[in-house]
Amino acid sequence: MVERRRETETASTLVLEVPGWPGHLAGQHVDVRLTAPDGYQAARSYSLAAPTNGDRIEITVQRVPDGEVSSYLADEARNGDTVEVRGPVGGWFVWKPEDSAPVLLVAGGSGVVPLMAMIRSRDGVSAAPFRLIHSVRTPQDRIYDHELRSRATQGGGLDITFVYTRTAPAGETRSVGRITADDLIRYGWLPDLAPTCYVCGPTPFVETVADLLIDLGHNPTRIRTERFGPTGP
Amino acid sequence: MDIFTRGFRGRGRDSSGQLPPGQYLTNDFPVLSAGPTPRIPLDAWAFTITTELAESQQWSWAELMALPAESITANIHCVTRWSKLDTDWRGVSLDTLLADIETEADFALVNSYGGYSTNLPLEDLLDGKAWVAFEYEGEELAPEHGGPARLLVPHLYLWKSAKWVRGIDLMLQDSPGFWEQLGYHDYGDPWREQRYQGD
Repeated sequence: MVERRRETETASTLVLEVPGWPGHLAGQHVDVRLTAPDGYQAARSYSLAAPTNGDRIEITVQRVPDGEVSSYLADEARNGDTVEVRGPVGGWFVWKPEDSAPVLLVAGGSGVVPLMAMIRSRDGVSAAPFRLIHSVRTPQDRIYDHELRSRATQGGGLDITFVYTRTAPAGETRSVGRITADDLIRYGWLPDLAPTCYVCGPTPFVETVADLLIDLGHNPTRIRTERFGPTGP
Repeated sequence: MDIFTRGFRGRGRDSSGQLPPGQYLTNDFPVLSAGPTPRIPLDAWAFTITTELAESQQWSWAELMALPAESITANIHCVTRWSKLDTDWRGVSLDTLLADIETEADFALVNSYGGYSTNLPLEDLLDGKAWVAFEYEGEELAPEHGGPARLLVPHLYLWKSAKWVRGIDLMLQDSPGFWEQLGYHDYGDPWREQRYQGD
């Protein structure tokens, strides 16, 4: 590990230097394995948060309550520490700059991580319009908040909307609550534009959003999903 | 060669020996599908086995329900490292479905509503190793877990237990399915930790 950046109270980005890293596509992930002194090993998957950058990869880890690996990575790991990394893994939930279709990104909580890799990999190589709808509980849960806002105001074809499910910032016009079909119409792309949709987050969130998109008329084969969330301590 | 991780202690050593290498126990039942959950009305549902000579046998939902079903208790292992022990299912054995089918094929390509597919040797579907399962823990199998019916092949990683199963093609040659084409292992034995190609 060569660098750590705290993103929110519970999430941090770790920059790892992986000699010989072969490069990866936006949306892919890595398996990270930790080994305790007695030989006990635990491994989990983390999405890559940034595009290929030589031997440096970035993962953003959300601390999961009682999370064996996430609490180590999110809070304990220091610069100079070594972990085992395997990857890149996954070839379906990916976006490539050659894809010119409009892109709809719908994230629930830390599901924004692989979508951020897609947003970051678009710079200077694609004009495909991107819209991100990020569902978070409170404004304090906005990972990459500063960078996303700054990208959105640059006018480079990226629109960002935050949907708050518990507490909204002062002045927010949309009322607090879970994402609805109306949000997807208002802040997303209409089906006749044939966007590629990437939905990522906890399974109930992904199920709901995928169903809403299909009910709105989006082609199911243009909806790619990645499901996250606590799957064990 | 193991690289020890400074400051990591971990927890939960599995002393039962029931977990394959690299797996951890969960009480959850995670869903990790690549796309939206297909919704298949039962009156449109069909399961088809097609041989290498393009001969096929098909069952409607009613016909499947009329076949003898079994209760199965199995440990299931996902390639993303979670495992569940003693899960209860109900389904029709592939031995029952394949009983009257003549074939020289050694391989199977399983296909699902929604476009998913996965491959495995035919012998891994036989002799009490595989079912078309339609009940989980005493309830109808939920759509996000593969309902109305999924393949259940517990001795391999769970991506081989194709959800929303619609048919099996018996083939003379092996042909990689969805995840296999994306770098996952052709066979997928959890006890040999065959997660990705080359393992």
